[in-house]
Formats: sequence, C-alpha cells, structure tokens
Amino acid sequence: MAQALSTDRPGALTAADLQGSAAKRRKERLMRALFQAMAWTSVIVTALIILSLLREAISFVASVELGSLFEIGWFPRRGLFDVRTLVVGTLLVTGIAMLVAVPLGLGAAVYLSEYARPRVRRTIKPILEILAGIPSVVLGYFALSFITPQLLTRLVSDVTYFNLAAAGVAVGILTLPLVASVAEDAMRAVPASLREAAYGLGSRKVTAVTKVVFPAAISGIVAAMVIGVSRAFGETMVVAIASGATGGSLFSLDVFKPGQTMTAAMAALGVGTDQVKGADNAFQSLFFIGTLLFVITLSLNMVGDRFVRRIREKY
Amino acid sequence: MAAITPPFTDARDAAASLRRQGTDVKGQTFRWFLVGALSLALLTLLALVWDMWAEGSNVLLARPVQFLTSGLNTNVEMAGVWQGIKGSLMLGLIVAIVSFPIGIGAAVYLEEYAGNTRFARIVEINIRNLAGVPSIVYGLLGLAIFVQALGGVTGGRTVIAGGLTLAALVLPIVIITSQEALRAVPAGIREGALALGATRWESIRHHVMPAATPGILTGTVLSLARALGEAAPLLVVGAVTGVFFAGASGFFEQIYAGRFTALPMVIFNWARQPGPEWLQLTGAASLILVALIVVMNGFAIFLRNRYERKW
Amino acid sequence: MNESGDPMTAPTSAPVQPPQAQGLTLDVGSPNGNPRPDSADTVFEVRNLNVYYGDFRAVSDVSLDIKKREITAMIGPSGCGKSTVLRCFNRMNDLIETARVEGSVKFHGADLYDPAVDPVEVRRRIGMVFQKPNPFPKSIYDNVAFGPRIAGYKGNMDDLVEQSLRKAALWDEVRNRLKASAYGLSGGQQQRLCIARAIAVEPEVILMDEPASALDPIATGRIEDLMQEIKQEYTIIIVTHNMQQAARVSDKTAFFTTEVQSEQDDRRSGRLVELDWTENIFKNPSDPRTEDYVTGRFG
Repeated sequence: MAQALSTDRPGALTAADLQGSAAKRRKERLMRALFQAMAWTSVIVTALIILSLLREAISFVASVELGSLFEIGWFPRRGLFDVRTLVVGTLLVTGIAMLVAVPLGLGAAVYLSEYARPRVRRTIKPILEILAGIPSVVLGYFALSFITPQLLTRLVSDVTYFNLAAAGVAVGILTLPLVASVAEDAMRAVPASLREAAYGLGSRKVTAVTKVVFPAAISGIVAAMVIGVSRAFGETMVVAIASGATGGSLFSLDVFKPGQTMTAAMAALGVGTDQVKGADNAFQSLFFIGTLLFVITLSLNMVGDRFVRRIREKY
Repeated sequence: MAAITPPFTDARDAAASLRRQGTDVKGQTFRWFLVGALSLALLTLLALVWDMWAEGSNVLLARPVQFLTSGLNTNVEMAGVWQGIKGSLMLGLIVAIVSFPIGIGAAVYLEEYAGNTRFARIVEINIRNLAGVPSIVYGLLGLAIFVQALGGVTGGRTVIAGGLTLAALVLPIVIITSQEALRAVPAGIREGALALGATRWESIRHHVMPAATPGILTGTVLSLARALGEAAPLLVVGAVTGVFFAGASGFFEQIYAGRFTALPMVIFNWARQPGPEWLQLTGAASLILVALIVVMNGFAIFLRNRYERKW
Repeated sequence: MNESGDPMTAPTSAPVQPPQAQGLTLDVGSPNGNPRPDSADTVFEVRNLNVYYGDFRAVSDVSLDIKKREITAMIGPSGCGKSTVLRCFNRMNDLIETARVEGSVKFHGADLYDPAVDPVEVRRRIGMVFQKPNPFPKSIYDNVAFGPRIAGYKGNMDDLVEQSLRKAALWDEVRNRLKASAYGLSGGQQQRLCIARAIAVEPEVILMDEPASALDPIATGRIEDLMQEIKQEYTIIIVTHNMQQAARVSDKTAFFTTEVQSEQDDRRSGRLVELDWTENIFKNPSDPRTEDYVTGRFG
C-alpha cells in the first residue's frame, strides 16, 4: 500500500532503524528554539527596565547634593528635590483612594459572593468589568468636571479647581473594581462545607458571613487591598490631570489644594524632557523617582502575590 | 448550669420556640450596607457616563463629523479627534504586530515545551511581576531604550517608539491569557497526537493551537483594549502635549515624521485647558474612547462565550 | 471465572516455574505441549525493567517476552505498575518529567531507549489506545487521516481511511458522515475511532490501556470482538483491571502484584509474578499469589 508508511516486519532491528526522519527532528529543534527565544523576551524586558532606571537614577544620586533632597518642596527645574513632598502626596492620594475603594469594593464583593442570586451576579459582574476598563485619563477628566464641582465644593468651602482630594477619589473609583474582583474570588474559594458547618450550628447569615467566611478568606482580602494600594500608588494620569502643580509643589498636607504625587511628578518631568535632557539633574530625577516607584510597587505586588498563593494552597 | 439551648417543656413550647424570633435587625442592616456599597459603586459608573454625555453632547450633537475628522486646533470650535484616532490606530497596529506573536510564542513555550524547570518558573514569576509594574515606568523604559538607545532605528520620539513601549506593557497580559487558553486544552488531545508518532510541534500546530484559538483571541483583544487606553507611557516617550500639532496628514507619512499623538493624550491635553468649552470637548472625546474600549471588551467576551469549548 | 483445584498442581506440559521466579518465561509451550511454530518471533524482550518516579520505584525488576500476533493481557491490583510498564513500550513515559526507566526494552532486538532512537519513530510503529477515548476535535475523517498525513503518506487517503475504519468495525456506522465531528459519536464509537486512528499509521503493535473501562458492557463486548479480529495482523498488549476480560480475550496473561519497598517506605512497588498462557494463569497458576488474585481472594 503506502510506501512511505510500510513498516516492514523484519527479523531484527537496530537502533539506527528507529532513528526517524532527520528533517522532522531538525524542524522540531528549530521550533522549540524559536519559542524559547520568545520566552526570553520577557526576561529581556525586565532587564531593560532595571537597566534604564538604574543608569540615570544612580547618576542622579551621585551628582545631586543630599541636602536638596530635603528642601521645602519639589521644584526639579530649580534644583529642589524634596522627595518627602512627593511621597506624602502619593500617600495622601492613595489613602483617600483606599477610603473609597475598600468599603465599596469589599462591600460589593461580599454582596456578590454571599447574597446575590446567580442572575444578579451575572448582570452586575460585567458592569464592574466595564468600570475596570475605563481609562485613567477619563477618570482624571471626571475628577475635574464632576467630583470637584459637584461633590467637593458642596462639602468643603475653599477647595481649588485642581486638588489632591478629587484625584484621590477618582483613583479610588479606578481601583474599586480590582479590589472587588480579587476579594470576591477569595470568598468564593471558601468551600461550601464551611458555610454549611456554620449554618448547621444554628447561625444566621450575617454571622456566618462575618464570622466564618470572611475570616476564612482573609488572605485573599488582604491581597485585594495590597494589590489595590499598589495600583493606586502607580496611577499617573488621574493625578496629572486633576491635581495640578505641574511646575512643582511645596510640601503640604492640605488635600484640598493642588499637589503632586511621585507619578505626577514623573509625568511633569517627562513632558519637558526634550528641553532638559542631561542639562541638569532634573532629567535624572525622573528616573530616580521612577526607581523608587518601581521598588515600592514591586514589593507590594510580591506581598500581594504571596497572599493570593496562600488562598490557593489552603483550599 | 444554664443551657445554651434549653430543652422544650412541651409541644406548644416547641412550636413557639421554633418560630422565628422577631426580625434579624443586625442581619438586615448588614445586608443593606452591602447593597448600598454595591449601588454606590455602580452609581459612579452611571455618574461618569451621565457627566460625559452632559458635557460632550454639546459637541457630538452639534458637529459630529467635523469633530471626528478635524485635527488639534487652538480654536475650540474647530478642534477634533482625528489625529488622536489615527495615532491610536497606528499604535494599536504596532502593538498587535509586535506583542501578539511574541506573547503567544512565549506562552506556547511555557505551556508545551518548558515543563517544570527552574527557568520556566522564573520566567512565570517575572511575567507576573511585569504585569503589575506601573505604566509610567514602561514609559521610562521606552524613553531610555526605544527613543534614545535605539533612536537610529525608531527615529526617536516617533509612533514606532510609542508602539514598542505599549507592546512591552501589554506583553505580560498576552502571555498570561494565552497560557490560560492553552492550559484549558485537555492533556488527552496531546497524548493522542503524540502516540500516533507526531512531534510536539505537530501536535501543537494541528491540535492544541486550533483548540486554544478562541481563548487566545479573547486575550489579545483585551490586551489591545488596554493598550488603547494608556497615556502615561506615551507622555514620557514624547507624544504631543500641546493643543496644536501640525502632523503629516497622510496615514503612513507620519511614522517617521516625528511627533505623534493618541486619543488618550488628546483627552489629557484638552482636560488641562481652562474654560468650559474645552471641558466639553474633553467629555466628547472621553465618550468616544470609552465607547471604543467597551465595544472591544464586549467583543472579546462575546468571542469567549460563543467559541469557547467546554471540554 | 476459573478456580484452580490444587494450588500446587503444575501445568500439564511445559517446565514448572518455581513460585518465586520473577516471571521470566522465554519459551512457554502451548497448553497441549507442542512447541509453537513461530515461537522464535519475539517482538519485545524486556529485561530487568525498573521504573522510577523521582525516588519512588514504581516498577521493580520486570522481565518478560511478548510474542508476535498474540494478545497479551497485563492484570493485577491497582497500583501494580501495569500502565507504567505498558507506557514503556512506546516511550510515553518520556512525557512525565520525573520518570526514569532502567533496564532494557528491546523491540525486535533494538534497544528502544538507545539515545539514537527517536521516540516519534517508535510511536509510529507501536500505537496506543487510551482509557478515556480522546478523539481530536475534528471530523471523523481528519481524525483517522492525521497520523498518515504527518507520516508523509502520499497515496489515496480516502481508501486508507475507509480501510482503517473497516478494520475497526466502524465503517458502516460512519460511512455517510465522515465529515461530521468525532465528538458526535458515542463513547464506544469514539474508542473504535481511536483504534482506527491508530491502525491507520500501520503499526506493528497496538498497546491498549484499559480501553473498555470507560464504556458500557455492550460497547465493551464490541471492542473485545474487534481485538480478536485484528489480532491476526497486530501484536496487542492490553492492560485491564477486569480479570474476566483478560480471560475472554487474551492468549497470554501477565500477572503483576504490589509489594512494599522496604520497612521505612510503605509505598508499594509493582512486580511481575508470572506470565503464562491465559488458560494456565486462570486454571493452573504456578504462584499462590496469582491464584489468590484470580480466585478473588484479594485485590
């Protein structure tokens, strides 16, 4: 029948007879090498990020006087590099964002996981995913056109058009779906048998949820919050649009006035990089802040990851 | 000793005890708090959409076509999003061409060839970390590498540099979603192919990848939607931040001609301009961007639901 | 199915194997005492096969011969390494990262684990049918055609597909819907499709890993009938946990058991007890462990 196919039934074979097609083996080796190279690309990206950051960051640290890191404010083009201003700004915005994202996100997660009927869940989850997909520039716009005029001016008297608080709320809205999603996964991972045990002992729903399910999912809940903080830390465009202060800012704790975060400072520097390249430390400070940001968010993500792994192992 | 659950004295006592003891105030309040939290979350989306429409409808209803086809202009009445849309399309094209093949290939390697080696585990941890790096840090990567170091190839602050930067940003997402799609293909399919004398590549090419295609497609569309909404990396890499930009009008001339822009950048620029008319433009542009992203995400989910195979 | 009378009664003809022999039977004569005509035609020669998963020895020191165009059944309690041994014949254990094979497995005299040997080529000559039917998510035609296509078959594919489906006793049921998805077939039909698929590559040997355990009794019966039909062309090795099936279908039977590795490690390793004509295994087993198993006293 088929010449290519005939496997003759010989009396004896040697290993050489079972060698197969050299062309096929070559192709297999080629394809494997090709795919491996593609996997290496991800490693290269990480290496490049670290390289880009460190090169300029190190030269910044080497050339700048340490005194200018503790000045009255962050005015990079004037040589004032008060990092505290930026860190405090980031913490304020992140704090406000968490005040919004955690109660709303966890509340939504608990409701969807423990109380909502399947049909309700199926309709609501896609809506939350839509919220998760809203680009940050749009939320920056929302802060300016709605949050400040409609909400903040009614609550606080002397809030400026650009302010940190509105940015914080907008970042909170951005982070909310992420917190809700991770927390909900964590609670749904709690096995039904635990809930049944609680009900079997005669507890009401609120008790079962708050005293049994929620604590059982605590690693995932903590992970959700850590991941949320990391996201809020790294958010750039909302603050760049809504909190003003592109030239620089004084150290301040007033959230109802303009301010800057690490990310917004980087954005402001990035906008003017063609005028500033290498001329003074301003350009390099961009990478210095970038390195700080990278290290902080990486640490937060690794911690969050550890917590997420824990829920998977437990159940 | 007081009993936690005192025994019944007689049948009537039993019936009375078993009946519900009033309303569960604590439980109901808790439930309403949860409903409130969820509603508030949903309301913010509603408020956002309402606000975008309230501002943007003035522009979109008054001069829709002109808005979509005009470029940036210092004159509020004449400014439009065309250059932003054009830039976003080009960026999207570059992201797709660069990150999809590399990302899918990396996923194939990790799922089909690598096994459980140390290299594979390190790569996977690395990818998870990359997925969480803030987008502006990718901008720094783009600035240092694609604009400066590779300036000769990319032409400096061009749309190519921007596209490569976004491709790097989106690469981890493509890899992770493709890996999940490949993982969902049952092992029996691979075993069956290999037992017939197929090489690994033959089993991947003829059986695993076709079966995983819907999932991979969904992942790529989601990644593209994410890339289209990003502005921070583009800002650092050199997208235009003014309100006027005399870019080349032809579609492809712009590639090496220098500065570029994208829809999110246009929104960024307009949002910072003083005055209510600019805010209206911003609202209109936001509506378009959000609509585009929602449609893409919806399409991805439609793909997944329609073509996903339940093994 | 058959219980022996006196446990220590030797088979009527061939040399008696002492009970503690490790099943190495090179030349077991047929039950009526005459030497087999082509008993020199040994397909597989296994000597001192040990298979490790990491540091756990799953299979201990197995030696046996498989003869051409016979159906050899491997039976034994669960965990005795039958599937592991089966997968050694077509290098499928290569797919498990922690698996390590020691000893020799020779196919017509050639060492299957020689570094020069390409497992892809081995699997073309030694096919496999799995416990859970695993047709490809393609048409019936494409399922059967896949193997020949990648082997570079340039002849008439339609004829080859038809022949393979006929040999697998599936042709009449699917002749009018070759382009339909294989997933539309019943479990038993899917398994016969997998057999047709394996046959299409023209192997010499077909390995079957509990091929009917996921099927209902009627489908099982059809698979067993099929095996008897194709045995004239192919050497078949079947792993089964169903003793009666082994008794119905096979010419020779190999009985495996488990034994504790050592005092410290209570994981059990698989070992071949004896290999003999099926009739002998069930009527006159040489080893008391075999008899205990086939009479249902344990396992």
